[in-house]
Amino acid sequence: MALVFAGVCSHAPGITGRAERADPQARDAFYAAMGRMRDAIEASRPDVLVVIAAEHFANFFMNNMPAICVGMAEHYEGPIEDEKWLGIARHRIPGNKSLSRELIQEVMNDIDLAYAEEWKFDHGIMVPLHFLTPRYDLPVIPVNVNCQGPPLIPLKRAYEFGRALRRACEARPERIAVIGTGGISHWPATPDSGRINEVWDREFLENLLHNRREALLAYRDEDVWREGGQEGFEIRTFIAVAGATEGCAGELWCYVPIPIFAVGCTVAVMRLS
Amino acid sequence: MSLYYTQKLLYQINRDPATRRRLEEDFEGLLAEYELTQKERAALRKPDIGLLYVMGVNGQILMHYAALRGYEWNAYLEAMREGERSYGPVRTGLYTRADSR
Repeated sequence: MALVFAGVCSHAPGITGRAERADPQARDAFYAAMGRMRDAIEASRPDVLVVIAAEHFANFFMNNMPAICVGMAEHYEGPIEDEKWLGIARHRIPGNKSLSRELIQEVMNDIDLAYAEEWKFDHGIMVPLHFLTPRYDLPVIPVNVNCQGPPLIPLKRAYEFGRALRRACEARPERIAVIGTGGISHWPATPDSGRINEVWDREFLENLLHNRREALLAYRDEDVWREGGQEGFEIRTFIAVAGATEGCAGELWCYVPIPIFAVGCTVAVMRLS
Repeated sequence: MSLYYTQKLLYQINRDPATRRRLEEDFEGLLAEYELTQKERAALRKPDIGLLYVMGVNGQILMHYAALRGYEWNAYLEAMREGERSYGPVRTGLYTRADSR
């Protein structure tokens, strides 16, 4: 049955952890867009949700950092962070081990992957799940793309991973939803937290939502770091979704800069063809 | 490699409840297991969040250690700013200032 839903959204920990400190109008607009995305995912009746995320040294460290890792566990747990700090209670999240294994095997025809049978989700996955699967009853397959520090995979590899994932999904009978979570520009764990480069964000979103492969792959890491911050490298998760939806355009459902959340809060959905 | 081990210790503290218990019960013993300089040990012990930031500890690692040691969000941001004022710009890694490269 292949892919039944694809989209991207933000995941910054302030979205849930500092909710009461945000401008209510901006916050509620973003929360409503996340609710709309939840409805759209539910309407697509997925058997599983693949979350392409950029974790933040929760499971993987520089002693053994995979470029791309896919979860292959029967269940996961999160958040790994302090529940009060993140504003999300700890939950067990179901996985789908056999489907993970099938997808990993298929993707590895094109892209080398690491896999993990243990995984504690950090805010990069838990914040989206908090809104999108609030009952934590939809099986999740996590993907981590290293966006925390170089050496990073080239953007074309993130795109190719998305294409390979799409091909793997198309070979399966299950209904599979995929989201990418991250960025866009942000400097969250720095003295400049709250800085958001809206112009750069909107230009990137234009390229994403028109699925302009050449433009997306033309970003250089040095420029991303300068214009989008340390966490701007998380555009890899969005670009992977662009690869998974190659040839498809998308719709922007929300972009609202919320400084206390440290990011331009984004919800966008690709129109699958 | 010392910055690497500073970050590795913080990574373990952030993710592992048993390591957090050791922080409370046997901090010196925990510190002794990592290849750290005297300055790094002192910064971790105090904690001097600003100095750890200036040393180049990745913000995604330092953020949780600051919270664990009782820094509210604004206090954590201010500690990093104070670190830059007291010790100068971040010395290495992704968190150096673009204008200091």
